[in-house]
Amino acid sequence: MNSLDFSIILQAWPYLWSGLLFSLALTAAASLIGLILGTCFALVQHFEIPVVSQIVRGYIALMRSIPLILVLFWFFFLVPIVLGHLSGNGRPIPIGATYTAFITFGLFEAAYYSEIIRVGLRAVNKGQFEACQALALSTFDTYRSVILPQVIRAASPIILSQTIILFQDTSLVYVLSLTDLLGAASKLAQLNGRLVEMYLAVALVYLVISSAASQCVASLRKRYAFTGAHR
Amino acid sequence: MFEVLFEQTADGQRYIDWLLSGLGWTLALAFFGWWIAFAIGVVVGIGRTVQNRLVAALARLYVEIFRNIPVLVQMFLWYFVLPEILPGSLGNAIKQIPPPWGSFVPALLCLSLYTAARIAEQVRAGIEALPKGQAEAANALGLGGYLTYRYVIVPQALRLIVPSLTSEVMGIYKNTSVALTIGLMELTAQARQISEATFQTFTAFGAATLIYLALALIAYQSMMLIDKALHIPGSAPVKDIAGPEQPDDVQLPATMEVVK
Repeated sequence: MNSLDFSIILQAWPYLWSGLLFSLALTAAASLIGLILGTCFALVQHFEIPVVSQIVRGYIALMRSIPLILVLFWFFFLVPIVLGHLSGNGRPIPIGATYTAFITFGLFEAAYYSEIIRVGLRAVNKGQFEACQALALSTFDTYRSVILPQVIRAASPIILSQTIILFQDTSLVYVLSLTDLLGAASKLAQLNGRLVEMYLAVALVYLVISSAASQCVASLRKRYAFTGAHR
Repeated sequence: MFEVLFEQTADGQRYIDWLLSGLGWTLALAFFGWWIAFAIGVVVGIGRTVQNRLVAALARLYVEIFRNIPVLVQMFLWYFVLPEILPGSLGNAIKQIPPPWGSFVPALLCLSLYTAARIAEQVRAGIEALPKGQAEAANALGLGGYLTYRYVIVPQALRLIVPSLTSEVMGIYKNTSVALTIGLMELTAQARQISEATFQTFTAFGAATLIYLALALIAYQSMMLIDKALHIPGSAPVKDIAGPEQPDDVQLPATMEVVK
């Protein structure tokens, strides 16, 4: 066993840092896409729009039943084909692993976020809807200004927890050979042979970020427990 | 569209045999991983609720570490890092383990310990959801700490958390696919191999997807049956933020509960 040499991490830091920034960018973009799309999915189910709501339900069940790695493989293969059809000439358009990762994570997470929003929508007190009716708000205004803000607020601890899980899951882009935090470490480890130091450092970075974020969510949950709506 | 699965491969089998062997490894990993995770998870979950500060702190440390490092990174730690930091001869002995066991054992360790941390949190939630009177009544009857947990607290807590354990069951069989990164030829890896060998990507991934869907359905239905059999009459689901819900909704808030 070679003696451990953690000074290697300092040399590698700029590259690892760029990897971490990619992981964070992917997390931010995917959670934004996922939240917007997920809210749409939840509303479609909430309004029970025929056909569309069945399709959405099937999509969510599918996404929740198969492993994320398989989803990544699927999209890596399907997205160029779909784009080719959309562009009209029918030939697959290669878009590269980076865009595939952003699209996949956004669409995948939408399934999970939409379940959170859907449960939240059902928890809203009936009186809220009645009050909106009494004020003659349109359906759009009711959801836009009254219902959704409450749902998002009440569900924000769960949404943030899901985002922490998403941050950890972004490490799976390793299978697409992308340079996220783990990808950067694994590429360096292959060059300098220091895989013990590299992987331990990466594990520590993930551990610190995720547990710090979890602590924030926990305190947020506590604060909301005091000021939150009485149901 | 699935005809290609019955064609001969270069090694004299059919492609469907590759898929089935992948399914075998996936099931083995999920099944044994689950029971190890369940055993450790119950112990650690109890540990988080006991009076002894040291035990509670250790249990919490376990949960924090294993829940906040991505599964894939943990997989690499067990597979690449552990043999290097163990004393020379032991580390070398681990590296000598022939495939597929050389990948299977680290993958099993990784998934069990990761899932155990998640189960521990569910067990803790279940124990904390019980009314205090249960422990007090047990004490009044003269039961000590161990007997109270053994006969009063744990049996009730486990019955309460069956719905939220459903999503952990679903989680562990999906996470088995991460083992492909350390070379275990489980279902997803076999699907990719078939797609590379035949260029029938749609068929290969489609078949794997159907198998995963079937597994999800079986896992879900069996957990529903277990819940029906073990449900405590009149009890509300644990960590229910949304009032009475369909069973598939109940698991949501609890699964995404973070470490406090």
